[in-house]
Amino acid sequence: MMDDFNSETDSDYTSYWRDWFISSRGNEYFCEIDEDYLTDRFNLTGLNTEVQYYQYALDLVTDVFDLDCDDEMRETIEKSARHLYGLVHARYIVTTRGLAKMLEKYKKADFGKCPRVMCKSHPLLPMGQSDNPNVKAVKLYCARCEDIYNPKSSRHSAIDGAYFGTSFHNIIFQVYPALIPAKSAERYQPRIYGFKVHAPATLIRWQHAERDEMRKRLRKLEIESGFKDEDDDVDAEDSEEEEEEVDMEALENGEMEVGDPNHQA
Amino acid sequence: MSSSSGTPESWISSFCSLLGHEYFAEISEDFIEDDFNLTGLQTQVAMYKEALEMILDVEPEDDEDEDEDEEEEEGDESIEGEERTTRRAASERRHTRMASDLSIIESSAEMLYGLIHQRFICSRAGIQQMSEKYELGHFGVCPRTFCEGVRTLPVGLSDVPGEDTVKLFCPSCLDVYVPPNSRFQTVDGAFFGRTFGALFLLTFPDYDISKKGADTLSHGRGAAASMASDGEDKEKINGMNVQNLAPGLGRGKMYEPKIYGFKVSERARSGPRMAWLRNRPLDIRELDEAVLFGATEESDDDGGVNGVRTQPRPTVAGSRRIRRPNGGSPMSIEANGEFEA
Repeated sequence: MMDDFNSETDSDYTSYWRDWFISSRGNEYFCEIDEDYLTDRFNLTGLNTEVQYYQYALDLVTDVFDLDCDDEMRETIEKSARHLYGLVHARYIVTTRGLAKMLEKYKKADFGKCPRVMCKSHPLLPMGQSDNPNVKAVKLYCARCEDIYNPKSSRHSAIDGAYFGTSFHNIIFQVYPALIPAKSAERYQPRIYGFKVHAPATLIRWQHAERDEMRKRLRKLEIESGFKDEDDDVDAEDSEEEEEEVDMEALENGEMEVGDPNHQA
Repeated sequence: MSSSSGTPESWISSFCSLLGHEYFAEISEDFIEDDFNLTGLQTQVAMYKEALEMILDVEPEDDEDEDEDEEEEEGDESIEGEERTTRRAASERRHTRMASDLSIIESSAEMLYGLIHQRFICSRAGIQQMSEKYELGHFGVCPRTFCEGVRTLPVGLSDVPGEDTVKLFCPSCLDVYVPPNSRFQTVDGAFFGRTFGALFLLTFPDYDISKKGADTLSHGRGAAASMASDGEDKEKINGMNVQNLAPGLGRGKMYEPKIYGFKVSERARSGPRMAWLRNRPLDIRELDEAVLFGATEESDDDGGVNGVRTQPRPTVAGSRRIRRPNGGSPMSIEANGEFEA
């Protein structure tokens, strides 16, 4: 069946293999690479050493594969084609067209939503922790909390992170700055019967001091820090700190209760 | 109701084995039977008495009548005795009430069980049971990449039912996450409560919370291995073992945005703004405010009250004594770090 197409390389019609690849289960994170991009040898520089049976794999991806071979060989080439597609994908998604395609998928939350409760289901972006293949599996980046998460499903956690690269998810926000989500200082505070717990509370206060320092730094440079409550004075948060000091006293009593929570055994 | 007496499984264990109820502990009947533990729940649950009976698998008091009615019913189908019509009407009324109420009671029982559960898992027996579930990784693992799959604990963000669903608290990054499976999105967070997560950490200070959930699964029950023999020799800061104070945070465990290997500057509009959330001091001892305070304000050195605990860092004893006039109770010194399982 595939042979039916092999004479028509130039037409837009010939995306048989890529269509199949994009729509197959587990490949939801990939977008479709343009024919033009794939056929421009410049874009594939260096990949011939990275991919086994490079030429056959490229032929398969561009639907001009017509080698008569046994199933085992075909399977190997098929695997190479998937690898090649992934590596080209990492380059393609940082191009203008690639970014636009990934943006559409991001808006539809095709890559999932942030599991962090305070991020309120913010959509994620796929990323790699390395640009070299076979190092780390794909991770998901949340632009709201600026942290990375493991994909929920095991069929996604097997995808190579290099197919998305370490830069794409940062470049997309440089190209589309309007997409940068408002940052929130909202966070979880461990409590016992309403009282903050000493050790985590100390760490949280330290973190908040770090945050306020950063915001003061940015304010001095007249750079937007991007926090939702930008209008509030950083100084105003000092009063909040004082409130926490009061809480600390209550906390000690709280912990005392905590020492004997078992009023019933 | 009559079928419940025949089933070998109790209401509680069948409730806990339902899909999506994997996080629940089985509350012991002793705990439920103690009225003190149920204080105030009457007003929160509709058909409280019936719901409680259902949870405890106690037959309702008018059970004998019920059986009688059922027997009569069969006879009634054929014989329409005049003298019986009044009785039949009465029994029918009760019967329809029973049928429609059964679903109400069932949902009330689930609500009641959840609210008792919130209290139970903070009791000695309950937290022990939850610790066994934690060891086996029943509550899943943290989705954050740098937490490397450490085990999480189920928590609620509110103690009031109906406000939010159950969340997972990661002790390694001190954050809360949505459970990965959507079946937990029907479980009320109040059934676990706000207290349990933090209380668990203080109750079992010697758990190695940086241990991966996958490891515990492959090694089966490693209770003895995962719990150190005693926490006395371990350094503590503010009442927690040092290695258990947010081990998933800090340098090397934070994501640094880079483009082609170059860090994205803080001054860029898309630059990092949330690093503080995953940061911690390079030297975690920086957080020991008591020691720092003691170091800045030198004073008399007669704080032998808690000498055992503070031996590795003798300055603590002095500083603790200074804190007392500031409003801390003398009891708090003892309570500050010594929580034992």
